[in-house]
Amino acid sequence: MAAEASNPVSAGETGGRRDGLWLLVIWVVLSIVGCLLVYNVWGPHMPPGAASTSASSQQFDTRVLAAIATPVVIGVLLYFGWALAFWRQKPGDDTDAAPIHGSTKLQATWIVVTSAIVLGLAVFGTYELVNPAGNGSGQGPQPIFNHGVLAAASDTSWAPNTNNILQVQVIGQQWAWTYRYPQFGGFETTDLVLPVGQQVRFNVTSLDVIHDFWAYQLGVKADANPGVNNIAYTTPYHTGQFVVRCDELCGIWHGAMYNYGTVMSVSGFMNWAHASEIQLAPVTKILPPYALTYDPTVLAKVGKVNQELGLTSAGGGYYNPADPEQP
Amino acid sequence: MSLPARVTTLVIAFLAVVAGGIFVALHYIGSQPPVEDYTSVASNGQVNVTLMTTPETTVTDKPDWVSYFIKSPQTGQFVHTTYFKVPANTQVNVTILGYDGCTPLRNPYWGRVTGTFTQSGRKNAEDVSIFDGKKYGPVTSVSTFDSWADCSVQHTFAIPGLGLNVPVASPPTVDENNALCAAGPCVGATDDEGNAPHSVVTFSFRTPKDGGTFRWQCFVPCGGGYVDGNGGPMATPGYMMGQMEVQA
Repeated sequence: MAAEASNPVSAGETGGRRDGLWLLVIWVVLSIVGCLLVYNVWGPHMPPGAASTSASSQQFDTRVLAAIATPVVIGVLLYFGWALAFWRQKPGDDTDAAPIHGSTKLQATWIVVTSAIVLGLAVFGTYELVNPAGNGSGQGPQPIFNHGVLAAASDTSWAPNTNNILQVQVIGQQWAWTYRYPQFGGFETTDLVLPVGQQVRFNVTSLDVIHDFWAYQLGVKADANPGVNNIAYTTPYHTGQFVVRCDELCGIWHGAMYNYGTVMSVSGFMNWAHASEIQLAPVTKILPPYALTYDPTVLAKVGKVNQELGLTSAGGGYYNPADPEQP
Repeated sequence: MSLPARVTTLVIAFLAVVAGGIFVALHYIGSQPPVEDYTSVASNGQVNVTLMTTPETTVTDKPDWVSYFIKSPQTGQFVHTTYFKVPANTQVNVTILGYDGCTPLRNPYWGRVTGTFTQSGRKNAEDVSIFDGKKYGPVTSVSTFDSWADCSVQHTFAIPGLGLNVPVASPPTVDENNALCAAGPCVGATDDEGNAPHSVVTFSFRTPKDGGTFRWQCFVPCGGGYVDGNGGPMATPGYMMGQMEVQA
């Protein structure tokens, strides 16, 4: 037994250097082909698509990560298949396999390569989070990653292709989304309409519980928290429809809390915005003044009868917070 | 205990636990309010649906919850449910008898009427009639447009999937709000039953050509006693939310 184990020649003839060389060659060839196919053929169809700066950036990240993972997957499957095909135990062969010993060279190579991959991905991921601005994710009221975003020249007016950015407030409420356009008189609507090729800043908030604004095809996703303004950026590339969903379990109709947004031409958007501003002016008058957040428990104004019926706090609260039925 | 007896006991116990789990799933999780079927009473491409809002629900074990009721097309009685079925591609003429008092909308945007046919003889879409109840004065028209400035909205009937939103007017005075219906459903001849102050809201909308299930809800935070008015009847099917099944 000891003599068999100390005979490296017999082990090498059946599964040693020759198999390793074959495995390496096949793995390299398959990996090159696989990476090219994954990145160039499958990649353009990976979610969330390329309908905006943030979406295409996220798709690029997914393509890169998938391409990096491809040699690993191929290596595991190839080794597994090779072992099944050539290293099976022969009938009647009860001997152990040849012993292996530690290899400083192999271990050092493994540590260096894996460390380089992990650290490289960390650098890559950090850069991708910065560019484009925040990669479509909500960054709270003071965005850290706003690379490439134009300075806001005005919060009350907007014109395309100027030194300004279009602001859209996203308001979550059980169970619907509404949108306010502060640069067009602050009108509110259930229609989310954006101009193609123009930078957009979403100011996301909620009137009741925690929701999550997810414009899937635009690659924009930001929590909608009551009393908090959560900012996300994007620039739509193409005209068309996109889906808006709530991605935070927010109550019994959470699953039905979705609608559709539209990216249209700049001229079409301007026509829509100006028409909506005029059409919805009577509604805008009764809305609370535009603000980045709204206190869900307080009314901005209360009529005389409402006050006489018990809504007497300054601004008017809905219900007594000390109500015994509070869970 | 013998081995067969122990095995039998274990199997029976296991089956009992499984049966209990299935019962809980079906009875509590899978159950839903009854569906009032209006498909058989539709004619000439139209169907009339009547709903009611009440400040109390005395026919349930939650008497202090606000609720919607639906009039059964077969019996004419108001049933405690919020699920109803109507035909596709049909004009639905809705009447809501609003017996509850006013609560401001959390978002005044929902004071706007959308998705309905234009009502003839109505000055503005947001104006609705208030039943006088005789001692509260003549029938008046109340604007539900600004629920913050006026005591004018009690609930809304909204089907977001169809872009439909109709605020339900409330009795506009303090006296009327202090004399609301004390039963649920509000039927009867006394001052605290069907004769109590209430609004009558009528509107029409068209169901889509294809079938489907559309949820509807109230946008007023009317779950009094729960955090920010969101819980209780606002979060329980059969009270302030429901489903409209459209049968193709």
